[in-house]
Amino acid sequence: MNKLSRLLMFLAALSLGLLFLSPMWKIYLKAPQYPEGLEMHIWVNKISGSSESVLQNFNILNHYIGMEPIHAESFAELKIMPYIVFAFMITGAIVALVGKRRLILYWGVLLLIGGAVGILDFYLWLVKFGTNLSPEAPIKVPGMTYIPPLLGRKQLLNFEALSLPSTGSLGILLALVFAAIAYYVSRKNKLEEQTLITT
Amino acid sequence: MGKLLGKLKTIASDVGLPLALISGLFLQSCSESNRSTAKTESVDEDVAKAVYVAPGKHDELYSFLSGGFNGQVSVYGIPSGRLLKVIPVFSQFPENGYGYNEETRPMLMTSHGFVPWDDLHHPKLSRAEGMADGRWLFVNGNNTPRVARIDLTTFETVEIMEIPNSAGNHCSPYPTNNNEYILAGTRFSVPLDLAKGGMGDASLEEYKDKFRGSISFIKVDKDKGDMELDFQVLVPGFDYDLANGGKGPSGDWVFFTTYNTEKARTMKELGASQNDKDYLAAINWKLAAKYAAEGKAHEMPANYYHNKLDHGTHKATSTIKKKVRYLLPEECPGMMYLLPAPKSPHGIDVDPTGEYMVVNGKLASTLPVFSFSKMQKAIEDKAFDGEVNGIPVFKYDAVLYGEVKEPGLGPLHTEFDGKGNAYSTMFVSSEVVKWNVKDLKVLDRMPVYYSPGHLMIPGGDTKEPYGKYLVVMNKITKDRYLPTGPELVHSAQLIDISGDKMRMLLDFPTLAEPHYAQGIPADKVAPNSVKFFKLDENTHPEAVKKEADASVTRQGKTVKVNMTSIRSHFVPDNIEGVQVGDTVIFHVTNLEQDWDVPHGFAVMGADNAETLIMPGATQSLRWVPKQAGVYPFYCTDFCSALHQEMQGYIRVSPKGSNVPIKFSSGEKKPVPPPNGGPASAGIN
Ligand SMILES: [Cu+2]
Repeated sequence: MNKLSRLLMFLAALSLGLLFLSPMWKIYLKAPQYPEGLEMHIWVNKISGSSESVLQNFNILNHYIGMEPIHAESFAELKIMPYIVFAFMITGAIVALVGKRRLILYWGVLLLIGGAVGILDFYLWLVKFGTNLSPEAPIKVPGMTYIPPLLGRKQLLNFEALSLPSTGSLGILLALVFAAIAYYVSRKNKLEEQTLITT
Repeated sequence: MGKLLGKLKTIASDVGLPLALISGLFLQSCSESNRSTAKTESVDEDVAKAVYVAPGKHDELYSFLSGGFNGQVSVYGIPSGRLLKVIPVFSQFPENGYGYNEETRPMLMTSHGFVPWDDLHHPKLSRAEGMADGRWLFVNGNNTPRVARIDLTTFETVEIMEIPNSAGNHCSPYPTNNNEYILAGTRFSVPLDLAKGGMGDASLEEYKDKFRGSISFIKVDKDKGDMELDFQVLVPGFDYDLANGGKGPSGDWVFFTTYNTEKARTMKELGASQNDKDYLAAINWKLAAKYAAEGKAHEMPANYYHNKLDHGTHKATSTIKKKVRYLLPEECPGMMYLLPAPKSPHGIDVDPTGEYMVVNGKLASTLPVFSFSKMQKAIEDKAFDGEVNGIPVFKYDAVLYGEVKEPGLGPLHTEFDGKGNAYSTMFVSSEVVKWNVKDLKVLDRMPVYYSPGHLMIPGGDTKEPYGKYLVVMNKITKDRYLPTGPELVHSAQLIDISGDKMRMLLDFPTLAEPHYAQGIPADKVAPNSVKFFKLDENTHPEAVKKEADASVTRQGKTVKVNMTSIRSHFVPDNIEGVQVGDTVIFHVTNLEQDWDVPHGFAVMGADNAETLIMPGATQSLRWVPKQAGVYPFYCTDFCSALHQEMQGYIRVSPKGSNVPIKFSSGEKKPVPPPNGGPASAGIN
């Protein structure tokens, strides 16, 4: 690995830091009586909203349909995930320092798997909350579940739900892109080195 | 066929016109409605477009109309004329519990006791650099002299101060160009007891010698807006009618119209209309403040209330003030002058340049315009014509700029459009008259409905008026709307003044008598609107911020209920252990943190009111049950689909019974529910 690919690998590790600066995912709810909309922000370590009281208002709406209140404490994942991200950042930096090309590949693949597991886990949260409804709920619509879309738009009673990855997720994408380029660049250099030796 | 139809149409229209003329003449000759017909004709066909604000769209301006004897301020959108809000100031308001609940009752305390009403005349917006800044609205209580401040972030009355040594706080409250002072003058003069303080006892025959007026200088805190009575100027015993501040070159001055310079004490309609000229009193407020600071002020005992609403607790507290400082004009040279003005003048209005002072002599046939620069010169030249109580009186010609000839009958008030024109209301001839301030020529007349009083151009009393609209308010309205019995709704009319000719746009009903109004572009107020109070910042001593902390406690004969409300339940909603004759105080905290989700609280048989609790706030209602029974309580403000279910019961047992205090919300189930939300969390 040359200087450039090491630098790229550092950047890849650093990109993951975005996860702490911005939400990974956002769920928007819109209804005629909520013209300003409700936004739930899912971070790597917490759940918040576009303003501090949004979560409370989400829960007030959800309690009519018997959904469990959503709190940051409801998710054990939020406690574990930051450490996993840290681990990737540190190992990424180590890969850059060690400079073994193959490690980039392992690191990238692991991150890819980590991301996929995260998305799967997120989907399972949504299913759990959308289907695990209290039998005492004031509003019961036969056959209705309230799983928000994982990606894209969905009508939930009078609410239009929109779910999109946010800037935080871009961190993972950037990390993968930087790692891929680092991998590619080091390959080119390897070739050059080889030609140098052979001549 | 088509040709034939066309021909018929032309014939019909040829015949139609004379027919319409004839019937028009006939109608005019036999009905008394020709007057209103003429008015209807002055409305263009396309005015609907000029006032139409589409659903969901906002108005261009806020306007604040005084409600007169209802003691409230009503807020309208301009140009739509839609009522946006009623702000109770001096009156109890059952709609939200203002003046009834424990937090706001102290707002209405005065040295005369609890006075839950007043006659609110003049709203005035706070100012920065001579322009309305949209932070506060000051209003006067005419009857029990008071000045109040409304916070325009919450549209709530946050401060009311009583004015001592005043009777009929009419020429009030006028802010100087940076709210350095709010000036409040008395309408009635009364005997003042300078030794013991307050009103003295005197025979009415002693009016001429013993009665005095006062003008109060109220200091305003730059950042918070809090008021403080700095000092008063004790003025001759006339009646003081209206006031207005100068601007630009005259920025240090404030002017007051007076009547009854005859000092008549009975049948004033005759007695106070004898002198051919009364006065316009000019006071240099900066100089007055300087005199007061330099120790020219005397001190006398006083007894007046100052009531303030705290931001964090949403609770009002009353402070009783025991002293007041005063200046005597005869001891303060250069502070006060009198300008002779036509008999019984009413409004005094200073144009945007600050050079011209228009005095509306309601019984005069001309409209005099005084010149500030001539007044300055007259002071230099000592162009005086005697003095009253040591106050110099100017020679009329030395200060007069000119007179508007035949402006109309009964001029009451004038405002300005910022393009060099003035608009005056004519009470007797029922019209608004537009005239040019420089050449004093009448430019246009607009008939308005019966007997207009004040008129308002948004910012028309500031340096830069928003010269697009004019709102003219009624004194007496007759047939603008469907009749509603002997009492008709009061009303305002909106006139377009953007062109050369005035254009009538809209009638809109108002609440009680709209004495005066102020208007301001919406973008100076709307962005600062508070949507809800942050629960974290609620410092009410009885606030309960989590359902788990709700409680019912007995202290002697008082039962304190610290309750929470959230869509769609109260905690607790089952209360027992109250006895007949106990005083129950419900302290209800609204846990919501969302815009426009107040919850109400009402209990059956309560003899004061319900109360409305804004999101994040705590309000307290006192209730003394008189009979045993189980009383329902409920939320009065429809808050969600389950609003009807937002209710509870309080059991009242006979006096001396042994039912213990007990409270709960949600019963413990034999088998715990799989998902115990807050609604089903048992509190026992
Ligand atoms: Cu409610």
